Amino acid sequence: MTKKIKNLNLNFGPQHPAAHGVLRLILELDGEVVEKADPHIGLLHRGTEKLIENKTYMQAVPYFDRLDYVAPMNQEHAFALAIEKILNIDVPIRAQFIRVMFCEIGRILSHILNVTTQALDVGALTPSLWGFEERETLMTFYERASGSRLHANYFRAGGVHQDLPAGLENDIAKFCETFPKIINDLENLLTDNRIFKQRNVDIGLVTKEDALDYSFSGVMIRGSGIPWDLRKSQPYDCYDKLEFKIPVGKNGDCYDRYLCRIEEMKESVSIIKQCLANMEKGPIKTFDGKISPPSKKEIKQSMEALIHHFKLFTEGYRVPKDEIYTAVEAPKGEFGVYLISDGSSKPYKCKIRAPGFSHLQSMDYLIKGHMLADVPAVLGSLDIVFGEVDR
Amino acid sequence: MKNLIDLEKKINSELGTKINSSKILHNQIYLEIDKEDLIDVTLFIKTDKDTKFRQLIDITVVDYPEKSERFKIVYLFLSHEFNQRMILSYNISENEVISSLTSIFPSANWMEREVFDMYGVNFKDHPDLRRILTDYGFEGHPLRKDFPLTGHTEVRYNEDQKKVISEPVKLEQNYRNFDYESPWEGTKYIKDQTNINDKKN
Repeated sequence: MTKKIKNLNLNFGPQHPAAHGVLRLILELDGEVVEKADPHIGLLHRGTEKLIENKTYMQAVPYFDRLDYVAPMNQEHAFALAIEKILNIDVPIRAQFIRVMFCEIGRILSHILNVTTQALDVGALTPSLWGFEERETLMTFYERASGSRLHANYFRAGGVHQDLPAGLENDIAKFCETFPKIINDLENLLTDNRIFKQRNVDIGLVTKEDALDYSFSGVMIRGSGIPWDLRKSQPYDCYDKLEFKIPVGKNGDCYDRYLCRIEEMKESVSIIKQCLANMEKGPIKTFDGKISPPSKKEIKQSMEALIHHFKLFTEGYRVPKDEIYTAVEAPKGEFGVYLISDGSSKPYKCKIRAPGFSHLQSMDYLIKGHMLADVPAVLGSLDIVFGEVDR
Repeated sequence: MKNLIDLEKKINSELGTKINSSKILHNQIYLEIDKEDLIDVTLFIKTDKDTKFRQLIDITVVDYPEKSERFKIVYLFLSHEFNQRMILSYNISENEVISSLTSIFPSANWMEREVFDMYGVNFKDHPDLRRILTDYGFEGHPLRKDFPLTGHTEVRYNEDQKKVISEPVKLEQNYRNFDYESPWEGTKYIKDQTNINDKKN
């Protein structure tokens, strides 16, 4: 007697703790082996690009915080750089250091979240408890600089919104002294951990060729052994003045990507230290009154400053007709902004290139032939945040 | 090719008639082609040893509703080898079907689905052209310039029917798009209104 066996279709999400947000992953299973994965995304689609087209350049910045909400300032950076390139303005050196420093804080924020939740997905609880304590400290730094823990809205075309408050630099320096110990603690828990290795080594293999074909970037491409980092290859702001190494993986599996993230956190700490050491007192945004608002004091004294202030917060600054693509190395990979300006004070078109979008697309290729239990491990090491995938 | 000027020369000499115009700006090379030549040009820049644009970064569309060739399709490429970026574009009118890049770059799959979803541009030979970002059963193409910012429908839970229903958008206050460029003369829609009224009288 023969029996017909049907493949099982399983809905992974949209409400699943290991789906890292609102992912609906439709899995076709043959026993416990995944035959096909079809991710359904868009459950967090908010029409960011459409909204940006209807806002002035300055009003568009907060939308970038809400994309990859675990490393908000990195994305504001891409937008600020795009406008600066079109307007051809120089950013004061102090502002560059502040921006780079907060981008690296964002990188640590994102990597802590990813490494610890990936550990959580494969069964380790403690790393997330230890890691989140550090994230809280880092978010306090965000809050002290920008007034907000998460949605900073801090970077501007031509600099940053305001200078660092007194004492913040010291506290960040102190954090840089204590944090490496936490990374060590996390490594003690995970790096040689038998269960963690069994769940991650040789899982989700990506070859060099496929990493290129599937438009991977960031840790996903470095984990596969391609030494590519936009901070080194196409330096922006003051990255060319800083010394840091780019960790590169060997095998392209989940475990190598984990190791890359751990090493990157150590490098980020060293970059933050260098920024603090090189930061000198000085202006934190461009003086051009047509682009950055005047100080309160000036408004009280100068008619011109008052007019500038009024025009900036009603009409906004105008950006000449141009077309540009600018990318930064966000924690998750290449985050880019393709901006078309038409001479008015609103972008004509603003396409956001999110690294997670192309990473998640490869889910089917990565998971085919793996066991169901590997799905959370692979998904975790892709470092998906739905704010940026769905936009 | 080590520098962009050489690259531009090389591409122009190899592809000659297929390139309508090329320029170098912001340290990137911009190429304009015809829609028929897309596959040829992409294959060349991907495989040639002097270009090696091995990665497709993104595909997007710019909508110019007032032009007869309404959509400008834009492809962004990256060459890791030579550390260069390229922006390739061509124009099509509203109902034209264009070729898919999925056979050359697997990552084009979702990017083209997004373009289809957001702008309603159709691709031939695409393996799986479904909507991607919008809701199941969504109608219209949100990123077109003539699609209203608020959309056409809104969803809410209906207590009587015990399910989520979608109904036409009702706003207490319309979205106000102020014309800040001439704050003293009033906003554009008021000016339009006055013009219409003047004509009537």
